[in-house]
Amino acid sequence: MAAGRVVKGIRFRGLRDVGDPVALGEAYSAAGADELVFLDIQATIDGRRTLVELVRRVAERLAIPFTVGGGVRSYQDAEELLAAGADKVGVNSAALARPELLTELAGRLGSQAVVVAIDVEDGRVRSRAGTAATGRDAVGWAREAQARGAGEILLTSIDADGTRAGYDIELTAAVAGAVDVPVIASGGAGNAQHVADALGVAQAALLASILHEDPSRLESLRSELRALGVRVR
Amino acid sequence: MKVAICEYGAGNTRSVALAFERFGSELVPDVFAADLAVLPGVGSARTAMDGLRARGHDLALRARIAEGRPVLGICLGLQLALEESAEDGGVDGLGLVAGRAVRLTRGRVPRIGWATVERGGVDEDQAYYFAHSYAAETTAATAWSEGVVAEVRSGAFIGCQFHPEKSGPAGARYLEEIASLCLA
Repeated sequence: MAAGRVVKGIRFRGLRDVGDPVALGEAYSAAGADELVFLDIQATIDGRRTLVELVRRVAERLAIPFTVGGGVRSYQDAEELLAAGADKVGVNSAALARPELLTELAGRLGSQAVVVAIDVEDGRVRSRAGTAATGRDAVGWAREAQARGAGEILLTSIDADGTRAGYDIELTAAVAGAVDVPVIASGGAGNAQHVADALGVAQAALLASILHEDPSRLESLRSELRALGVRVR
Repeated sequence: MKVAICEYGAGNTRSVALAFERFGSELVPDVFAADLAVLPGVGSARTAMDGLRARGHDLALRARIAEGRPVLGICLGLQLALEESAEDGGVDGLGLVAGRAVRLTRGRVPRIGWATVERGGVDEDQAYYFAHSYAAETTAATAWSEGVVAEVRSGAFIGCQFHPEKSGPAGARYLEEIASLCLA
């Protein structure tokens, strides 16, 4: 999400407009998505909060879990998103800048509502939608985020993002093996086998590029996953 | 049917309201007088109990149960209905049902995701969405999911650990069934 539209790039660059968030959200929900993740990738960079009104409109059409992130810097920001219809908040740059934020959110909202989004390039964590280095390594930050209260880790490989060449299984396995909270693999999905491989090491797999151009792909992916022996709803 | 959803200043009551509205329920503010009172739940036990007490919902819910009038607890709402919760160093619950909420010890915690439930030894085909770190320990359990209490029924109280309002068509059917029970 950027400027009120759904966008997708490759390795976080070259963002293309792929559609209207309300229409796409509804289409994914109807096509059997297990969860919708909505990240306002310009919020931190622009120094503003996520588009609450848009969250409200998307949430109205959904009957599946809805995670929203982008520009969440305080309990008030998180509470506003939950009140607008989000079930979980994603926190990234603000938690890297001030890790105590995770503890504050988990203490009041419960860990199950706090997702730490971790963007990784070459094993190192980057913040501000991939534009800034942090010096932290992925496994170390994942462990700390869990200790501070994060209830779920959305792990995105910037190297794999948008490439459709498969998830970064090595990175995902390393992080999932280091924490006890669920890990969502993100970045690189190109086909059902990729998703099956990711689900071999992570608890969930996020899809973006391949669905944005054809939301109905979700239904065929589900049957392909079943054929690969993956349990899907 | 008139449904009252307990608002207590935390969590996402909006998706629960939307789920009931989708099949024609009328939402009313009076927790005591509604045909069904719903105690939704997202958040931590202590914050939630403080919020319930501050708004007098604790008294209204106890009065409903004493009169045999239905209450549905969802997720944390189920856990708050028990006598106590081990969360936040120990929190007194509403005591609508015997039992306590204890921290999950197996698998990844929080337990997040879709899972099927088992009722009377039979695995139901439908999956529902769960997101929790604590679960009920009670003799009133009526359904289970991966060894965890998924549903509790006791007198006029029904509680589900999963989120029907987030469980797609299966969740909508579940809520409609509860609603029809209340009118029966």
